[in-house]
Amino acid sequence: MNLNYTIAVLILPFLTFVFLGLVGVKMKKKAAGIVGVCSMGVTAFIAFAAAFTYFFGTDQGQVIDGVRQQLQVFDYTWMQFTKNLVIKIGVLLDPISAMMLIVITTVSFMVHLYSLGYMDGEKGFQRYYAFLSLFTLAMLGLVVASNIFQMYIFWELVGISSYLLIGFYYTTPAAVAAAKKAFIVTRFADLGFLIGILILSYYTQTFDFITLTSNPGAVISSAGGATFLGCSAMAWAMTLIFIGGAGKSAMFPLHIWLPDAMEGPTPVSALIHAATMVVAGVYLVARLFPIYCLEQGTMTIITVIGAFTAFYAAAVACTQSDIKRVLAFSTISQIAFMMTSLGVASQMLDNGVGYMASMFHLFTHAMFKSLLFLCAGAIIHSVHSNEMTAMGGLRKYMPICNWAFLFGCLAISGIPPFSGFFSKDEILVAAYAKSPLWGIWLAVVAGMTAFYMFRLYYKIFWWNNPDYGDHKPHEAPWTMTLPLIILGLLALCAGMIPFGKYVNLARTVEYESGINWMVAGSSVLIALIGIGLATKLYLKENPKPDRMAEKTPGLWTAAYRRFYMDEFYQYITHHVIFAHVSTPIAWFDRHIIDGTMNMLARVTHSTSYSIRRFQSGNIQSYVWIYLIGALALATIVMLCVI
Amino acid sequence: MIFSNILIYFVVIPILVLGCLFATKNIKQVRTVVVIGASALMVLALYLVYSFLQQRGAGNASEMLFRYDAVWFKPLNIHFALGVDGISVVLILLSAFIVFGGVFASWRMDPLPKEFFLWFFLLSTGVFGFFISIDMFTMVMFYEVALIPMYLLIGVWGSGNKRYAAMKLTLMLMGGSAFLMLGVIGIYFHSSADPNNLTMNILTIAQNNAIPHSWQYFLFPMTFVGFGVLGAMFPFHTWSPDGHAAAPTAVSMLHAGVLMKLGGYGCFRIAIFLMPFAAQQLNWIFLILTGISVVYGALSACVQTDLKYINAYSSVSHCGMVLFALLMLTNTAVTGAVLQMLSHGLMTALFFALIGMIYGRTHTRDIRKMGGMMNIMPYLSVCFVIAGLASLGLPGLSGFVAEMNIFVGSFMHPDLFHRILTIVGTTSIVITAVYILRMVGKLLLGQVQDKHHLTLTDANWYERLSTLTLIVGIVTIGFFPSFFVEIIKNSLSFVKALVM
Repeated sequence: MNLNYTIAVLILPFLTFVFLGLVGVKMKKKAAGIVGVCSMGVTAFIAFAAAFTYFFGTDQGQVIDGVRQQLQVFDYTWMQFTKNLVIKIGVLLDPISAMMLIVITTVSFMVHLYSLGYMDGEKGFQRYYAFLSLFTLAMLGLVVASNIFQMYIFWELVGISSYLLIGFYYTTPAAVAAAKKAFIVTRFADLGFLIGILILSYYTQTFDFITLTSNPGAVISSAGGATFLGCSAMAWAMTLIFIGGAGKSAMFPLHIWLPDAMEGPTPVSALIHAATMVVAGVYLVARLFPIYCLEQGTMTIITVIGAFTAFYAAAVACTQSDIKRVLAFSTISQIAFMMTSLGVASQMLDNGVGYMASMFHLFTHAMFKSLLFLCAGAIIHSVHSNEMTAMGGLRKYMPICNWAFLFGCLAISGIPPFSGFFSKDEILVAAYAKSPLWGIWLAVVAGMTAFYMFRLYYKIFWWNNPDYGDHKPHEAPWTMTLPLIILGLLALCAGMIPFGKYVNLARTVEYESGINWMVAGSSVLIALIGIGLATKLYLKENPKPDRMAEKTPGLWTAAYRRFYMDEFYQYITHHVIFAHVSTPIAWFDRHIIDGTMNMLARVTHSTSYSIRRFQSGNIQSYVWIYLIGALALATIVMLCVI
Repeated sequence: MIFSNILIYFVVIPILVLGCLFATKNIKQVRTVVVIGASALMVLALYLVYSFLQQRGAGNASEMLFRYDAVWFKPLNIHFALGVDGISVVLILLSAFIVFGGVFASWRMDPLPKEFFLWFFLLSTGVFGFFISIDMFTMVMFYEVALIPMYLLIGVWGSGNKRYAAMKLTLMLMGGSAFLMLGVIGIYFHSSADPNNLTMNILTIAQNNAIPHSWQYFLFPMTFVGFGVLGAMFPFHTWSPDGHAAAPTAVSMLHAGVLMKLGGYGCFRIAIFLMPFAAQQLNWIFLILTGISVVYGALSACVQTDLKYINAYSSVSHCGMVLFALLMLTNTAVTGAVLQMLSHGLMTALFFALIGMIYGRTHTRDIRKMGGMMNIMPYLSVCFVIAGLASLGLPGLSGFVAEMNIFVGSFMHPDLFHRILTIVGTTSIVITAVYILRMVGKLLLGQVQDKHHLTLTDANWYERLSTLTLIVGIVTIGFFPSFFVEIIKNSLSFVKALVM
């Protein structure tokens, strides 16, 4: 069957968005929700069909000579800049986009279903589903993009749907501020993306991904020897595009929006700020990976930023007390793992294992992180608080949630046979292959991950037994627990997929990858140490953690305050840009520019005022002026004659 | 026969409306007349687009279609000459949309509704007349017809410091006209190599291409600044914040939506089209000035607290973008400039309409005194958000299409200088996001600041009609840009100034 039906995965969410946006308000809440869920279910079905046809079918030329082909299954010219530069809305199927179709529609469907229970009774329930559809549309459009400009278009749409969903509780000032911050920070990064696209397209005269990536050497050489500020034009372009990706993927120092984004409804955090949108940056780098491979300078930047972010976010996560913030920082850290993995990858090192590992981790992370967020949502739903201090001993009240959360924690810590083990192991292999430094660095961060995740787990489900009073926590309704169970099973099994056979750098069908027991053994060991430490400190209520925090006050507070990054940005925006750029400009405009205009008017006015006496109507003064004038003229004439 | 030409009706209909308005006796009749007039203009504009496309489709590749030419004043060889190309066609369509929206936005005009609409339609006559003329004399004449009513419209129906604003706006624009007049006369005297055959017809002048280079160095700045004042070019933009703040809703809409486009269109049609040499040689000066407009206007908007000031400075930034793109002299950038005119016209008119509607209810425009409007007037708030998103360049709305054409087109310029300026220009997309979201956040979201606001009502039917018209325009451009790009592009092949 022809694969061009894949375009339906964009059309269906779009129609749902328009429908719910226009007539949703007049519908019953339940009905709107069911429309949303059904539409998403059908979309997921189509996406799965397309992905499976792509991976397992043979009749569309999916595989030629043992290499999976990039299939452009839909193509529509949307706008033409010049003969060569054309924005098309297309659908490109290749291993990574097909994989992303599965990830996005799975998580999105789970979140749609879960939200039926979680958002029950909220004001603006219909609007919520409309925005979810918009987001799904944007995200799917982004991954199937056949050219970089299409990606940019959907990239922006993803940004706005994120804004709308973070600011869903728009009467809460914190949510409004968080939404604004998220949008502006990512917009700033998008500026880099846009300029990168401009430079790239200026030299290559194309937006098309297939043309760009099939001959990366030509792309690099197309710029000739053009340099700017000492770096080659292509290095600038690729670095700027990476900045766009870094903004969406919350890489340091553009990460500040993600923790605040947790002000949105929790299912939204699970969908957008854990599983799908935040990996867009990783996906972007992976999409252009053949070109990045040839720009070693940019690759080093990616590696360093990724590795630093991973460590930084893990350190902050160890101290946070809001459970969603812990998960947010953990997300930043995990995405940084993927980014680092791409940074260290190359075709020469172990058959491009870094690329494969990055995509694999993206896949498994989407499953277990959305699971963790949805669990957190269920907990918040029943405890009515985000703070760990309001929780404890919940395992008795919420057994399903307890098990699901434990599965998620084991997966993210990298304990076999959970999914995270397999993907994280590959990342560590890739890092070691590049340099032992990166390998050890990431292994340490992996240990920290295990520690803070189990700190979180114990603090919620064990620690103490606070008195919940009349309002006993309870298990969530089935619409919420069903996604938890499904995702829990996925977190357990997703790693067993022979992922490398489907997604790898050369897109070959045959791919050799095995577990490197040396690396795997040490990483499991270090994870166990982390878990052990957490068990010792947080299993039962005790004063040890507090005492440790008191002993290192500076460090602990700095980590708790996220190393003052927010204060830094606050200072830059308010005290530098607003106070010392915008306000002076506004003043300059009012007083200097406008002042000049007013002065011109005033000068004209006063000149006319002073010469008006020549026209007084008084006959005597006319005579005087006449006489003086006549005398003066006569004098001049006399002087000239003589 | 002149009345067989479709274009003349764009002037005849507003004049007929004027005549009928004189005869009206009460508000009902006034409304009937203006609604019929505005709808007729709308239908006519749509029909013009349709027949324009038909003629082009039939293979009529001449520069201007629907030509009409009659001698008006023989001694100076002044003609009443009409004709439209793709650019004027889309701008006429824009004007019709905004006149239609403006009529409904001033449904409850008080006091003196009849007189208000008289001036309003006189202004429209000038606007349409300007876009259909291809004779410099008639162009300048209609230009002045469009400017003068502004003085009375602001001075009589305005708010706040209206006398000062009306005087300032009129004087500054008249100052621009003085430069313009000088430029036009200069062009006339060099319009042809043969001194006995001077002409005002811009097509003939462009064909002759006889203006000496030394004169172009003088005449180009004259005409560009002359029209640039109306296009809010830095440092001649200060009439815009005061003028818009004081003007009544429909006048702000028409002024920012259409009148400022006269500036951009004039810069293109007279300065760049007739003096390609100077346009290429001198564009760097004006690129710097307009580049400043773009960033400076946006940064100024970030700290304003009056809704109309925010939008006026935002207009400075967006209109700066129009002139900036025109001066880039590449095919795509100029297409982007025209699209930006359409886009800015629609969204800024929508903004002013909404600000007027909100102001009419809350009696304040200070964003610090408002908040939580989303709960009180959801319809108006959603429209406001849509206008804001169009302004910050969200894909699917008109702003994105225009900006991307401008940026991609400008960046294709072979000079490094132009490309670096383009990068400076792109920073505006971030600054725009800052002030738009600040405005949306303070005005619409959050808690209600003033208890009295809780009793306010949402939009009426005529307000809905007015805003919906504009939103339809914004979304149409955003979704189907190719349609407009095609119409505009096939008119650009005649422009000698374009480098690529």
